[in-house]
Amino acid sequence: MIKPQHIAGQIVAYTAFAVMIAYFASSPSYLHHSPDNALVKLSLTHAGQRLGDCKDRSPEELAKMPPNMRTKQSCGRERNTVTLEMDVDGKLVYRHTAKPAGLSGDGRSRFYDSREFPAGRHVIRARLRDSGNSDGFDYDASVEVDLAPRQVFVIDFDEEDKKLTFE
Amino acid sequence: MSNPIKSALRAGLFRLESGWDALVGRDANPMYCLGAMSWHFFWIVGASGLYLFIPYDTSAIRAWDSIEYISTEQWYWGGMIRGLHRYASDAMVLTMMLHLVREWLLDRYHGARWFAWFTGVPLIWMVFASGVTGYWLVWDELAQYLAIGTAEWLDFLGIFGQSIARNFLNPPALTDRFFTLLIFIHIAVPLFLLFAMWIHILRINRANTNPPRQLIIGSTLMLVALSLIHPALSHPPADLGKATSVLNPDWYFMALYPLYDTKGPAVAWSVAIGASVFLSLMPWMVFRRKRRAAATVSPPNCNGCGNCSSDCPFGAVVLRPRQDASGHSQIAVVQPDLCTSCGICVASCNRTNPFLRGEPHETGIDLPDFTFDLMIKRVSARTHGLVGNNRVLVIGCEHGAVLDHFKGPSVGVLPLHCTGMMPPSMIDYVLNKDLVDGVLVTACRPGECFYRLGPEWTELRMAGERVPKLRGAVSRDRVRLSWAASTESKRLATDLAEFRVALAELPKPEAPETTKRRVAE
Repeated sequence: MIKPQHIAGQIVAYTAFAVMIAYFASSPSYLHHSPDNALVKLSLTHAGQRLGDCKDRSPEELAKMPPNMRTKQSCGRERNTVTLEMDVDGKLVYRHTAKPAGLSGDGRSRFYDSREFPAGRHVIRARLRDSGNSDGFDYDASVEVDLAPRQVFVIDFDEEDKKLTFE
Repeated sequence: MSNPIKSALRAGLFRLESGWDALVGRDANPMYCLGAMSWHFFWIVGASGLYLFIPYDTSAIRAWDSIEYISTEQWYWGGMIRGLHRYASDAMVLTMMLHLVREWLLDRYHGARWFAWFTGVPLIWMVFASGVTGYWLVWDELAQYLAIGTAEWLDFLGIFGQSIARNFLNPPALTDRFFTLLIFIHIAVPLFLLFAMWIHILRINRANTNPPRQLIIGSTLMLVALSLIHPALSHPPADLGKATSVLNPDWYFMALYPLYDTKGPAVAWSVAIGASVFLSLMPWMVFRRKRRAAATVSPPNCNGCGNCSSDCPFGAVVLRPRQDASGHSQIAVVQPDLCTSCGICVASCNRTNPFLRGEPHETGIDLPDFTFDLMIKRVSARTHGLVGNNRVLVIGCEHGAVLDHFKGPSVGVLPLHCTGMMPPSMIDYVLNKDLVDGVLVTACRPGECFYRLGPEWTELRMAGERVPKLRGAVSRDRVRLSWAASTESKRLATDLAEFRVALAELPKPEAPETTKRRVAE
């Protein structure tokens, strides 16, 4: 049989327990991104150009190969590293060189970055180098945008059209 | 025993539990069954989750609407079930973390207990994974924050072929198929969690997975009331084209996310993995603690009754077939790795009886460093020379109140590894031999026993409800049981004083003729 004073104590204890659960289940609030800022996300995966040139196989070479592996060209698997840079309003805000994924270095290079900028007009420029050429970039594009508060602006690479995209 | 900070924290814990006992009553104090409370909340989460799965729409576009519908249109039932699902999950995190801290404070994580501790660490990950994936399914702004944060966090490892975060890059990137995968994960992880919870208690004999009825009813009613008064609500629907801003996270599950936001994935991973590895290795980081020798079985004295196997808190004693000339079909076998040397099995043995003749006193199962024979000798020594008409032997546990404080001309003390090590026949023996006028048995409060089950078995044995029973002929006026944690020496002193006053008022017992004759001899 529960004692009356324990019933009162249990009401107090359960109320305190409930308040504790309810409070931390949704409080205090947390500011993830300022509501006045826009978020510029740079996310792309892109395979660098192959390190070596492809070489045509001679008929003799093809004859020596198993029938299911007789491709006309022999290409090295390894790919170049990819370098990506981003300027906002003429100021370099991101620069990263990513190695190709995979044990053989034949995968895609991956980039991911997100950062806040005040809402308003900005000139965003992205440059990407996927060849072994150390001078200049293989892809270079810029856009002038009017970023709204809390807008997510994404910079990607369109593999079909081979160009940097802004959306 | 341990460092002073830990000792102070433990004393604080005992005082808190003691105060809580006074407030709500012992059976309604969840501190003694935090693991069982976690199980209870798990079942509530599971049952409410099954119900929520029925109206839930597993598509990125309609998921939020389906949850919002039951939360607003059917607040009295669907909304309440949703609240139960959320708040029981939070309560589970709370009780789980308290359980972890309490076991550490009570030093119940090393030695034979390493398995439960070690297997408990993955449970934390699984509980958090279950909760976070559950929050994804609502697909509101909080889900968006969690989904992107978690994906970025996982992408940092670089072990996934494709970037997971790219699934949340913009609205078209998120497909219904990915959402179906999410709900599969949210169901699969808790199922694995249940399996892991079973493994967690595998080496614990009579693991408590059900809290007392009072607590089950009370906590369930509390959660129902909370769900109705403060319903679980969604944030605005997720919009991948819009950055998340002000959020109201469930901090029970999401406390690590701001760390990721501010310090990046490397620090967040380091903290998460570092803490997990540290916790996992804690059982082997206890230095300067010598493990006592495990209990040993004396085959000539073991009749394979199974009492020791049944009473062992950690399943360290098992029965194996016996094929010698003893005539018994089974014999107890101790698994040393599981033995905590508590001595509870010693008291269980029906050969552990001081009235049985033999020198030295032998029993079926014994502790090498504290044999039953030594216990009898110590009883004789500690009661020798006591004077007065209210002589008391205080039998207790080395983890409870310090008994040496109570020694006196009329009081002898006998600390044991655990009070559960005391065979009830010992009480009968000291009274029968007129060594003392009364026996005060003290033990840690049930739920606080370092070895588990010592106080429970002691209480049942003394009440004659569990073998070996205290003989009915023993005057209950001369025996008293007093729970006392290590911080409750004062209360034990009060109990002892009251007991001695009561003993002084009792008429001198007439010793049986057989005893008189033996004493005369």
